[in-house]
Amino acid sequence: MGNINYSETKFLKIKEPTVLKSGKTLPCIDIAYETYGKLNENKDNAILVLHALTGSAHAAYYHKDTNKPGWWDDMIGSGKAFDTDKYFVISSNILGGCYGTTGPASINPETGKQYALDFPVVTIEDIVNVQKKLIDYLGIKKLIVAGGSMGGMQAIEWSIKYPDTVKSTILIATSARLNAQGIAFNAVARNAILTDVNFNNGNYYDKEKTPDSGLSIARMIGHITYLCEEAMYNKFGREFKTTPSFDFGIDFQVESYLAHQGKVFVDRFDANSYLYITKAVDYYDPIKEHGSLEEAFKNTNSRFLVISFSTDWLFTTEQSKQMVNALVKMNKDVSFVELESKCGHDAFLLEFEKQTKIIKSFLKG
Amino acid sequence: MNLNYKIVCDLIEKNSKVLDLGCGNGELLELLKKEKEVKGFGVEINQDSLLEALVKGLSVIQGDIDKGLDEFQDKTYDYAILNQTLQSTKYPEMIIDEMLRVSKKCIVSFPNFAYWRVRFYLFFKGKMPKSKQLPYEWYDTPNIHLLTISDFFEFCKKRNIKIEKSVYLTRNKSRSGFLIKHIANFFSQEVVFVISR
Repeated sequence: MGNINYSETKFLKIKEPTVLKSGKTLPCIDIAYETYGKLNENKDNAILVLHALTGSAHAAYYHKDTNKPGWWDDMIGSGKAFDTDKYFVISSNILGGCYGTTGPASINPETGKQYALDFPVVTIEDIVNVQKKLIDYLGIKKLIVAGGSMGGMQAIEWSIKYPDTVKSTILIATSARLNAQGIAFNAVARNAILTDVNFNNGNYYDKEKTPDSGLSIARMIGHITYLCEEAMYNKFGREFKTTPSFDFGIDFQVESYLAHQGKVFVDRFDANSYLYITKAVDYYDPIKEHGSLEEAFKNTNSRFLVISFSTDWLFTTEQSKQMVNALVKMNKDVSFVELESKCGHDAFLLEFEKQTKIIKSFLKG
Repeated sequence: MNLNYKIVCDLIEKNSKVLDLGCGNGELLELLKKEKEVKGFGVEINQDSLLEALVKGLSVIQGDIDKGLDEFQDKTYDYAILNQTLQSTKYPEMIIDEMLRVSKKCIVSFPNFAYWRVRFYLFFKGKMPKSKQLPYEWYDTPNIHLLTISDFFEFCKKRNIKIEKSVYLTRNKSRSGFLIKHIANFFSQEVVFVISR
């Protein structure tokens, strides 16, 4: 590839109050976002990519200061799945996050201190409503939405809530609602944070000690659910780091991997944000909201592309098929592919070659 | 153009809603979209074929028709098409039933195992017939339910399925309507039926 493209995170300030699903109000909101490619004159070549649990607005290109690529850089760029020669790609950090968009670590204008647990519980619906403000600000009337995992849930909500805006919806490794097993894992993760001795009821921002141990355990649990048995076997097997230590230190490669993932996560993520965002995922349930999946999709005007991965047990092929079946029943234009992968749920961030082929074809059609 | 595709295309009215079961790489569906402006889906189990169909801008669903058509509702399609696929399905009876349920009319085509060359091959060579249409060895063929035109007539009669149209193909020529069945059964390489209930 030729020159390295650099991107910068920009900010949009929403000054008027935002009412949330819970009934509570946020007085003002900052939205962190990035864009790639050019918006055409008709303003109809925009793609909104929606990040998963711990993502940020930095979806593509490199940041000059950190020299790090975006989380979907394999998929966004010139000639890639989301081709920036053709499309104007937008990515923003979700409400409740900790990468620039207002969340529990932001300053509460009423107190001058961080919100912490005074931050209202937000939902996928709230997250999408805030994204809509950004899209309106950019003057975009027609939109393609795409997301994997929790990003897929946002894409689903976009297609349901804004049927006149969304013309194509790409749902990857996602489902209309998390199953009980997924909620259970999130509950354990939250418990790890809530019971950390340094959690201090969420008020740790000005403290020397932060709930690192809890947050790191939460991340370890997450990583177990992102892999599958086969992926773990291929990556680590039962290999020891060196030799058995005969104590309770880190013996196995898989332990070492999880410990590392936990450790690096603590440096880049806020524990309170993790509580809020996992809650938003757990709550999302358009089936309950609309009575049925068919009813939920009834008014959508979008084409749909649904992609699942064979070894993903967090967001299963079965769950994807439920959405596809509902869309078929409602006479919607939908294509569905289950990709073979050995990577579990993580596949949606790793298996980009086949995804690229599929997404490019779908966007052309 | 493949004669079989042309025949299927001619049988379908403009703006029909179709379901192409075992659509392969979507060649037929693409033709139908272009020539007859049809709307609808392709269903295909093979992923490489499915991706080729997707590249053509078709709406395709990865699925196994041997598991039924649960996602499709009663009488939602003008035509359900099973082109050159019946003989390789595990449960042909169930699939025909399902097709009749979801569509007003069905188009079913298959190679005729009673074609005289096939008969002679078996008769003189004493081996499972192979030809351009049946290129496989007995041990690796996907065609696990080979049948004849007479078999299909009998099948439909027993189940009160109406045969609305039949087009017989031999060596790139086609003949429509009802010939004497036994003659059709002897001289046709392939057949395309339109059936309904």
